[in-house]
Order: sequence, then structure tokens, then C-alpha cells
Amino acid sequence: MLSRDQAADIFDRIRRLATADEVEVHFSGGKFALTRFANNTIHQNVAEENHIVSVRTVFGGRTARASTNRLDDESLRQVVKSSENLAKVQHPDPDLLPVPDPHEAGMTGEVPLPVRHFEQTAAITPELRAEGVKKIVGVADQHKLTTAGVFSSGASFEGIINSRGLNRWHTQTSAEVSITMLAEDSSGWQKANSPKVANLDPSRLAEVAAQKAMDSTHPKEIPAGKYTVILEPAAVLDIVGFMFWDYSGMAILDQRSFLIGRMGKKLFGDNVTIFDDVTHPLQAGSPFDGEGVLRHRVPLVESGIVRRVVYARATAARMKKSEHRDNVGPIEATGHGFPLPNETGEMPLNIVFAPAGNPQSLEQMISSAERGVLVTRLWYIREVEPFEKMMTGMTRDGTFLVENGRVTGGIRNFRFNESLIHMLSNVEAMSTPVRSCGEESFDMVVPAMKVRDFNFTEVTKF
Amino acid sequence: MKHVANWALNVAALRGARYADVRVVAQRGRSLSTKNGKVGSASDAESVGMNVRVIADGAWGFAASANLGRAAVEATAAKAVEIARASARVKRDDIHLAPEKPAVAEWNTPFRIDPFTTSVEQNIDLLLRIDAELRSVAGVTLAETNLSFNREEQWFVSSEGSDIHQTKLSTGAGYAAYAFAGNEIQKRSYPNSFGGQWQNKGYELVEELRLVENAWRTAEEAVALHKADRCPEGTFDVILDGSQLGLQIHESIGHPIELDRVLGMEANFAGTSFLTLDKLRKLRYGSDLVNVVADARQEHGPGLGTFGFDDEGVAAQCTPIITSGLFTGYLSSRETAHTIGESRSGGTLRAEGWNRLPMIRMTNVSILPGEKPLTLEQLVEATAHGILMQTNRSWSIDDKRYNFQFGCEIAWEIKNGKRVRTLKNPSYSGITTEFWNSMDAICSSDEWTLWGTPNCGKGQPQQVMGTGHGAAPARFRGIKVGSAFQGT
Repeated sequence: MLSRDQAADIFDRIRRLATADEVEVHFSGGKFALTRFANNTIHQNVAEENHIVSVRTVFGGRTARASTNRLDDESLRQVVKSSENLAKVQHPDPDLLPVPDPHEAGMTGEVPLPVRHFEQTAAITPELRAEGVKKIVGVADQHKLTTAGVFSSGASFEGIINSRGLNRWHTQTSAEVSITMLAEDSSGWQKANSPKVANLDPSRLAEVAAQKAMDSTHPKEIPAGKYTVILEPAAVLDIVGFMFWDYSGMAILDQRSFLIGRMGKKLFGDNVTIFDDVTHPLQAGSPFDGEGVLRHRVPLVESGIVRRVVYARATAARMKKSEHRDNVGPIEATGHGFPLPNETGEMPLNIVFAPAGNPQSLEQMISSAERGVLVTRLWYIREVEPFEKMMTGMTRDGTFLVENGRVTGGIRNFRFNESLIHMLSNVEAMSTPVRSCGEESFDMVVPAMKVRDFNFTEVTKF
Repeated sequence: MKHVANWALNVAALRGARYADVRVVAQRGRSLSTKNGKVGSASDAESVGMNVRVIADGAWGFAASANLGRAAVEATAAKAVEIARASARVKRDDIHLAPEKPAVAEWNTPFRIDPFTTSVEQNIDLLLRIDAELRSVAGVTLAETNLSFNREEQWFVSSEGSDIHQTKLSTGAGYAAYAFAGNEIQKRSYPNSFGGQWQNKGYELVEELRLVENAWRTAEEAVALHKADRCPEGTFDVILDGSQLGLQIHESIGHPIELDRVLGMEANFAGTSFLTLDKLRKLRYGSDLVNVVADARQEHGPGLGTFGFDDEGVAAQCTPIITSGLFTGYLSSRETAHTIGESRSGGTLRAEGWNRLPMIRMTNVSILPGEKPLTLEQLVEATAHGILMQTNRSWSIDDKRYNFQFGCEIAWEIKNGKRVRTLKNPSYSGITTEFWNSMDAICSSDEWTLWGTPNCGKGQPQQVMGTGHGAAPARFRGIKVGSAFQGT
């Protein structure tokens, strides 16, 4: 993997090649491997190593970016030339700020962050992943089920060095296990990831997925309608993730955010409090944004009231001059910008739901439900209407009927059409938040939720 | 680059691989966009690397590296074999590939104007002219435009003797106008949503799209939607425009016919398929008017699924998927062809880049136009009461590809052959085979367009691929409309 010293050397070579007023180089890449299994056999097994050097040049308010994964002199010369040629023909952007110096970008020196790089995880071999898969297949065989999934591992780096002396570097490892267990007419699913492979237990995940598949055999069809639902954490994160694109100063300036006119107002239930916090022990990721600015901990929602959105540096400067400035809460660069130039601005990507006052376990939520639906995960979620945040999607891999406080069996999967505003206003109970991962949105620290009047509109055929 | 491939093939053979192929890939892309009168993004990207795919001990291994030096290439080949041996620890049967005659070939996307020779100033000027047109309409609150060019040069060399050099070129362009007012955001896109139109063509595509000429109308429609009635709920005859029908094909025909899904190989992520093997040549997928092919050949058109050879060296082919309504074919690969009784792969294996394993992907999955001359306006005139929907806004389908729901940007109610009012927030839903069996009319070739879907996601790690979908406007009887807002 590219080291911080090698990156500094590459930056120096680029700086000498460049004629631009300012230069910023973004480094990313690493090693990644993934063992994939289906039909109780490993059917795909891959490994890669890559590094991307992305050069942004600035000439008097004009900027552009070019990237390459080749590090020889000629390739670096070419990537600088491409970046500069693109930048020179831009129209000057009055909102473009100089690249940040270390002071503007936040604290200098090392960032206080939980350790996210573990040698044991970086050193996982194909044989070790195969052993993990063998355990999962063993569980499937024991229960006469068919299994499919992945066991992946990797080590990655991200860095930013600019011509005003900023130098940021972050490394982390990752490991992930995702398991689907298939019976004749039902299925179950579990997924977990962590920077530390020792935190993953493939056998336990396999047992839970297998139990879900077995408990949901011969699914009954029950009519669509409004139900109390108990959403497991993966289901919660996959649907709520779609609203965080709107917690962005740029989204408000562009008038594409559902928070326009709703900042400082109560939008969700009293029990909903949400932060963005990269330093949370259950979070992952680098502590700086696309310009190298340190990520702040930002309270987005407090007791149902939308308090703040996040900002890149330029967005904050624009917001302070805009008609919205008195109605959007505190305005400051929060360290959530994407690499420049971009259209999107910024977004919170380290979402943490605050614990509820009286957390309930999944079992307690079930036992207190007279009639409801227990949902393992959601699938193919898309936005139907942007201002009420109406989302559609399907349940998948373990949907159960709850009657008189207990799970009574599997049911056919539903299509939902539900507003996120409505959903987060109807949360009757939450579990203790956990690190969770799905397929539709990014990883978060989220609770399971019991939600009343969730709107299922159709039933599918399985 | 052949020497790079040979280094890898030699090491793979020495380490005991029974089969190996190597792809050396050089990709270049330019992406430009504007937003509200300013350049939003301006970037150029190149990515170069190689991979080795091997079968050893009867199992697959794959490794990729950005480093094309001899030592790194040989280490990558050795790693691929090591990975294959690890795969063999959890296997049931040995991998067998359908035979394929080794090809030695050169293939290039035909184009008239190399987009990378056009000046960036010219590109930006075009986008800003469109932007100005869009924002000249009062009520437009956000205007976005985009232009992308991509070139992929690939050397494919296999242990069986294939040696293929292929260069593919694609272009995409489009824009959207948004109008925010009250508590509603409306949007219109041209010529399609999700970045517009994408084809394997040069800059001539941009010239053909008449982008500036359609900007004002597009923006005006976005603003006018605020005054439109909401699309009613109920059962209606529905006419879909070609671009929406293209996405309908993608989701409810293209994905379910992927043989890896059918065989359970994608069960953990993308899902499986209702099209189990027993349904081949037995299932009535659609009405007699439904004829669908998966055609990767240049003669089908410049789709994002057009190529000379797939990424395991199999020549482009045309596979009949639905023939007069009968389900007749899957998308297959050398590994999977035998499961449907075929002796040869259908040639659909593609990878996103040098660092990704090729997998079964849609080529150009297209519905054939009607044989009798029929324009969209004639189809409208022949409809007593229905709803015409245009341009996708949302799309969702279950993991076996039965139940779908689509939303569109705009619709018009048709009464007695005339468009009587504009409708906002239209949506429709249904079950795949019921929907295709309800098709009772499709426009003829003059209305047929080969649409590009640039953002098809599949696989773990996920790969994004471009696919093509030829479609003409078509009518469907008795479709459920408005369920997206049911109960709200």
C-alpha cells in the first residue's frame, strides 16, 4: 500500500510539475479481497490492489481535477497537464475559496480517533476467508439450507496534501460478512462489518440467518395495509439513509432539500435524536473531508427538531450571504465536503442515533405488539416524492407476522410507500443503537424501531 | 501489452492453473457538469491495470493489480492461483467452461467524432447555453446539465489462444430542470432522466440530441407540473414512452433472464429470479406482440451493450429472449451455458474495469418494434381512456423480479384519443408477467430508440455497467395506477 511518505514524495513531484497557483492532491486506495459463495460453494474469489492520485489545480478562481493510478514521471506529468488544461478554460468561480491551510482545516497533528487499523484484519488470507465460509456452509448443511454471501477484508488509505502545507492521512481496515440462507420458499439474512475482524462471528450470523429462513417457511399472504412494524437495525438504516443527502447546506441553497422551511421546527417524534459523529467508537471512516477539513460532531436532529445541516467551506460562505441564513441554525464549515469541484457540496456520512430514554430489545417490541410485522431488511428503496420524503421499496429475506406478542410465522413480502417524516414521527420504541450495515444506504449506528401505521401498499408472490 | 499478459499466463500455468485469461485495461473518462450557471464538476480520469482469472484445483481465482511491472504482474498471477486453491476448499463440483474457439481479433466502436478531440471550452459552452435556456423559464429553481465521454481499451489473452484487442467508446449527455414551490419539487429531464441519453458513439451523439432546442420546453414542463392535477388512483390503460419502457425492460426482463441470478449465484445481493429453468420455452412471458432480443452486435445499434467480444473472449451474439410472447432464452456465460442445454456461451460476461471479475450482464436487451406502421400520436388517437407516462422518476422491483413500481416525471390523461390534461406524480405497479401479457400495441420502428442505462449495479464488490434497451412507445391494458400514493 502507498505510505504517507511515498504520498509526500509524489506530492513534491507534482508540485514541481505544476504551474498552477495552488495544488491539492487527494490519495486513496489499498488492498481489498472478497470471497463470495453461493449454492454452498465458493464461486467467486477476488483480490485487488490499487492507488489513485487525484490532482486539483487552481488558477485564479478556476479549478478542475484529473486523476490517475500510474505513478511514473510521465503519467504524473500528464495528470498535472490534464488538470491544468481543464482548470484554465473554466469560468472564474467567485465562490471558490483558496485551498485550506492547516489552521483553517482544523487541528494540526494527529486526530483523536479510535484505532481503525488492525494488523490482524489486514493480514487475512484467502485461506482464512475460506475457513470462515466453510463454517457458514456447515451451518447451512446442518439445517439442509442453501447459503450465499460474502466474506471480505481489506486495508485502505486516504490522504490529502495541499500547497498551503496541509497534510492529512488516514488508514483503516475492514472486514465484512454477509449471509443469505435459502429454504424452499423462504430466506433469512444477516450482515455485519467492522474495522476489526475479531468483532465478526460468521457462525453466529449464519445461525441467525438460518433460523430466520426456517421460521419463515410456507409464508402466508396477508393483505397490504397499515401495520405496526418492527424494523431491525439494517431495515432502519436502509430507509432513513435516503434523507441524509438533504442535511446539506448546498441542498438547501439548491432548493432540493426537504428541510427547506423546516429547520428549527419539529419534524419527527420526541424520541428521535441524530448526530453525525466520525469519532463515535462504532463508526468508521476518515476524520477529514474532501478538502482535508476535520469533521465536526454535528447535532442534526434533537428531540425531533431539525437543528443543523452540514457544510463544506464554500457552502458555509455562500449560506452566510443567502436569504436562508437566518433560518438554518449555526452556519460553519463542518468538515463534510466532497472533493472539489462537485455539484453536491456535502453530506453527513457518520450517522449516529442517540439512545432512547428507555430502550427496548427486539423481543420486548415483539411481546408488546398485538398485531404487526417484523422486518429483517428492506430492498430496492427509491424516492417517490422528494419533499415529503416518500419512499418505496420491498421487504426481503425474513418478513414475519407478529400476533398477540409473538412471531407466528413468515408472510409474503410487501411493497411499502411510506414518508420518512411520517415514519420518524410514529416511532413507539427503539432498541439500543448498534453498528449496522445494509445494501441500500451507508453504515450507521442505528436502533431497531417499532413504528405504527407503516404503509404497505402491495404484496408480492413470495 | 501482450507481453504483460504472457508474463501472467506463464506464471499461472507454472503454478498449476488449468485455465487462465488476462485482461489488460486502460480506461479514460471526461466528465463535465454545470449547475445554475456555473461549472459543477470538471474532471478527467484514467485508470490502467491488469487482472488474471484462473481455474486451479477446479475452482476460480482472480487477482488484479495497477502495477504493470513484470514482478507485480507475475505476483498477481501467483496470487490468483493461490486464491483459486483457497476456493477449492469449499466447492461441490469442478468448474467446466463451454468450449469456445480461440479468437484473434481487433474490434473498435465505430464513431464519427472522437469526443476527446473536442475542446473543453466547446463542451462547457454547450452546457452553459443549455443552462441559460433552462433558467430563462420563470419558476426554474435548479438547472443541471452533464456531458461524459469514456474510452476503454482492452487486451484479452487466454491460455486457450485467444488474443483480442478491443476499444469501446461511449458518450452521454443530458439535463434536468427542477422547480421548487410551496411544498413540492417537480422535475423534468431531457432526453431521459439519470444523465440523459448514453450510447456507444462519438461526439456525434451530442449533436443528434438537439439539446439546446429542447431545453426551454423541458423547463416549462417542470414549472407547469405545479399546476397539474395529481395522477388519479385506479385501473387504467397505460401508454409508456420509449425511455420508460426501456427501463421497464431492464428491470422486469433484463435482470430476471440473467442466468447467474437464476442459478442462485447472486442470491445474497442482487437477488434471484422467478424465471426458474423449468420455465424456458414454456412460460408465456407476454402477449403475442412481445418480441425481445439480447443483441450485443453492432448491427443492433450503438447501445451501451454493444461490443465485438465479451470479457471471456466470446463473440457478440443475438439471443431471442421472448418470441411472440414465449420465453425463449437466458443471458449465459461459458460457465453457465450447460445448465440450459447450450453448448456455447451467449457471450454476456463483462467487467466494470481491470480490477473487477467479469460477470453476466445485460447486453442490449430490446423489445422489437411493431411491424405495422404506428406512431405515438396514432396510438394516443386509438386510446379511448388512458394515461400516457413519460420519463422515469423512481423505480423499484422485488428481488425475484415479480412486483414492480415505477414513477414517472409527467403524464397526460387521454380521453377519446386526445390528451385532455397534464398529470403530476404518476406511478404504476404490477406483476411482471401479468404486465407484459397486457401489452396490446407497440409503435413501429420510426418511434424505436436504443436507450442507454449507464448505472446498472450488480455483484459483490458492486460493479456499475452500461446496458442498452431498444424500445418504442407501447400500450398496456388494465394497469394499476397511483399506488405510490395509496393510503397517504
